[in-house]
Amino acid sequence: MHLKHLRALAALAATLPVSLAASASYDVDILPPASPMARQAYTLHWGIMYVCIAIFFIVFGAMFWSIFRHRKSLGAKAAQFHENTTIEIIWTIIPFVVLIGMALPATKTLLAMKDPSHADMTVKVTGYQWRWEYNYLNEGVDFFSNLATPRDQIDNYGGEGAPKNDHYLLEVDKPFVVPTGKKIRLLITGNDVIHGFYVPQLAVHQYAIPGFVKDAWFEIDKPGIYRGQCSQICGKEHAYMPIVVDARTPEQFAAWLQEEKATMPAPPAQPAAAAGAAAPAEMAAAQATGNAAAPAGGPAAKNAAPGAKMSLADLKAAGEKVYTANCAACHQANGEGLAGTFPPIATGKPFAAPAALTKPLADRGFYKDGHIVEGPAKEHMDIVLHGVPGSAMASWAHLTDEQLAGVITFERNSWGNHGGEVQPSEIAAARKAK
Amino acid sequence: MSTAAHAHDHPHGEAHEHHGPPHGITRWLYTTNHKDIGTMYLVFSGIMFFVGGTMAMLIRAELFEPGLQFFNPEFFNSLTTIHGLVMIFGAIMPAFVGLANWLVPMQVGAADMAFPRLNNWSFWLLIPASLLLVGGFFAPGGAIAAGWTLYPPLSVQQGMSMDMTILAIHMLGASSIMGSINIITTILNMRAPGMTLMKMPLFVWTWLITAYLLIAVMPVLAGAITMLLFDRHLGTSFFSAAGGGDPTMFMHVFWFFGHPEVYIMILPAFGIISMIIPAFARKPLFGYASMVYATASIAILSFIVWGHHMFTVGMPAAANLFFMYATILISVPTGVKIFNWISTMWRGSMTFETPMLFAVGFLCLFTIGGFSGLVLAIEPVDITLHNTYYVVAHFHYVLVSGAAFAIMAAVYFWLPKWTGRMYNETLGKWHFWLSMIGFNLAFFPMHFLGLAGMPRRIPDYALQFAEWNMWSSIGAWIFGATQLLFVYNVIHTVRSGRAAEQKPWEGADSLEWTHLPTPVPYHSFETAPVVK
Repeated sequence: MHLKHLRALAALAATLPVSLAASASYDVDILPPASPMARQAYTLHWGIMYVCIAIFFIVFGAMFWSIFRHRKSLGAKAAQFHENTTIEIIWTIIPFVVLIGMALPATKTLLAMKDPSHADMTVKVTGYQWRWEYNYLNEGVDFFSNLATPRDQIDNYGGEGAPKNDHYLLEVDKPFVVPTGKKIRLLITGNDVIHGFYVPQLAVHQYAIPGFVKDAWFEIDKPGIYRGQCSQICGKEHAYMPIVVDARTPEQFAAWLQEEKATMPAPPAQPAAAAGAAAPAEMAAAQATGNAAAPAGGPAAKNAAPGAKMSLADLKAAGEKVYTANCAACHQANGEGLAGTFPPIATGKPFAAPAALTKPLADRGFYKDGHIVEGPAKEHMDIVLHGVPGSAMASWAHLTDEQLAGVITFERNSWGNHGGEVQPSEIAAARKAK
Repeated sequence: MSTAAHAHDHPHGEAHEHHGPPHGITRWLYTTNHKDIGTMYLVFSGIMFFVGGTMAMLIRAELFEPGLQFFNPEFFNSLTTIHGLVMIFGAIMPAFVGLANWLVPMQVGAADMAFPRLNNWSFWLLIPASLLLVGGFFAPGGAIAAGWTLYPPLSVQQGMSMDMTILAIHMLGASSIMGSINIITTILNMRAPGMTLMKMPLFVWTWLITAYLLIAVMPVLAGAITMLLFDRHLGTSFFSAAGGGDPTMFMHVFWFFGHPEVYIMILPAFGIISMIIPAFARKPLFGYASMVYATASIAILSFIVWGHHMFTVGMPAAANLFFMYATILISVPTGVKIFNWISTMWRGSMTFETPMLFAVGFLCLFTIGGFSGLVLAIEPVDITLHNTYYVVAHFHYVLVSGAAFAIMAAVYFWLPKWTGRMYNETLGKWHFWLSMIGFNLAFFPMHFLGLAGMPRRIPDYALQFAEWNMWSSIGAWIFGATQLLFVYNVIHTVRSGRAAEQKPWEGADSLEWTHLPTPVPYHSFETAPVVK
């Protein structure tokens, strides 16, 4: 722990009363419900709270009366009564009856929550380490949704970081857009580990379990932005995979859907893309990092026909966005990785780690004498496409050829690397090779 | 039979010279004396309480404000994971076993535990196990960061510290099972003449039931983590859908262990409180028999409620309903216990020395933990609160102000008996009141954070959670620092406390108070007392 941190902490403690008065957020209730199920849960919560508060006053009332009155110091003589079957039966039966009173409405809500039938629309939601994918079934619209908060707002290791956005950590590059007033059924699954799809205001909370599809549903009353995040620990970036539901009127939603369809790539001509989900090509070039409500993409996002050559500058620019969204969490925005765990991308950087981690790198020509070196493009593509077994490096084959070519080119030409460009066609070839 | 072997070692009525303990390190390494082993368990759990507590302090430092200040997220996840495992398996469970070692033989009128050598082995297994558990921080890749629940596939992704943890849990489980066999045998076979089951002090009763729970569920956990180990290294697919397995199955097996485990950590606390409140109210426990039956009902129900940890897994509606009803049902026997304690206090002649303060603190805060448990039992409400800080608040109210407060009450209550010295009452009161303030400041705001939707196990959070987190951290640091007073008070008492009276608590009436001198000799009840 740096001295600087301690000082920052001390300074914070000193300004505590001021900062508390300045921007206090002392919410003590469940967030305002935005769906019928959430409203029922809200009512149930207050129902059980009233029961608890009533019991609280009875129990604590008796206890504190006794504590203040039946003290030896006040000359209280201990009564010696004990065992009274009548009273014991009464205090077993009464709570039992009260609880049945609570269980009945809860049963009704539970059954309604568990009934996703007669949905107007179905969206498949997949949790990845560490992002969400939304696939509008039957519409051909499918995209990933990443955290949009820049790293420099998150990392405050050196003391004060960049000022934080209003929706710090609960903002995404591309929100989950849905129509209001429609019953939307979610098919929820996980790609790698268990995630938790959790949007409190909609009373939707379902684990995303790899290999299994579970369902949930919601219906939103009013247009608006409803935020949530992954609720189940899923690794390092668990805190950084928010969910932003953007509810629009059915007309606005229809317009949005048309716009999205236009940006989606044609049904996969490349068989390899079927292995992963076909991610929108638009993501590579135009990832809006601003507030999630702004529709991302545009004409610039449409990339060239498959097979066309891209310039180094274009590849790099597109790749940087892919890197920020997908790679920077581990390899860091400056490409220097994290000591002992995540290797740097920048050439010449020292990297000390267990042999299990450095050996695959050395074998592929990326690691020599304790330092990271520039390796061959073929191996670079192989690592990104297939991951490194036994390490945290996963396969990124679900990204498009353009995205992968971009990010590899970006990595090979940043932070002192001069590895030249990699074209989308090379990625396509590499996919076929294995 | 053990009693026969025991009679051989120490023939009844025969005077012999070796009443004092041997000296040096071998006394502790080779000891088969229940008091020595009890002391070692308690010291060990105290150390682990501070190891786990230090991690909690670091967690609260990172959560003091939004953004990453001190740790990277992976290390933070390791801290929360190991904090949980250390507190459960290293601090609370060994503390209760230590108390059982000290008290069960004396309270049933036995000379020692039924299997003294097994007892020694149970304790010494804890040392390598805890080293493996905490040593994970120094393994390549760091300590496990999958949460104490070890859900696959995340736990399959972990580095070698996961294997160390699995081995550690196996050893801790073996230790618990052996300890439980010892306790059950001692209670069932070695009670003094006249000490019928329904005359046993409640601490003995609750431990008897707890020991059965341990024997029932520790092997289940062992099975789950063994399957995990096989999935990691031997290519099986118990928990991987790709090979025909199911990650959900791990959760079912884990929580089939996990829920009874919750009661393993609270039933002995019920026993302690059921002895301390009558002692300081100078009045018999209101409903002894109903307390025994309530404890047994809670234990039995604990086997059929595990699904309430899994309401968001996507079980069928019928399963969710069943687990909701069963969980709600548990509050009935728990309520019986609370009503019983209050009726015991009612029209008593109470004094409030430190053990009683902690017992009353337990009663107040455990009740609040019970309420939040009831809220969480309502499945549709749990949907919005599952895996949030509300749950963190709930289980700290039952485990810290429940189990840990009861352990502290027990230490203050029996320390004079064990050491023959009296603790410092003023310091004890300071310890209690500062603990109350720190604890509530740390954990009450977590209810609000959970209601507002802050998930647990995150190193960084959205800005609307900042204020309550700040207060929570301040409270946690007060609570943590206050525990140093406790350590000072205990060490000071043992080394130079004033001599305790023969019977420092007027209302205490179990065998160790009525039949044994203070401090208790190294060997007690070599001749069994006769209980009328």
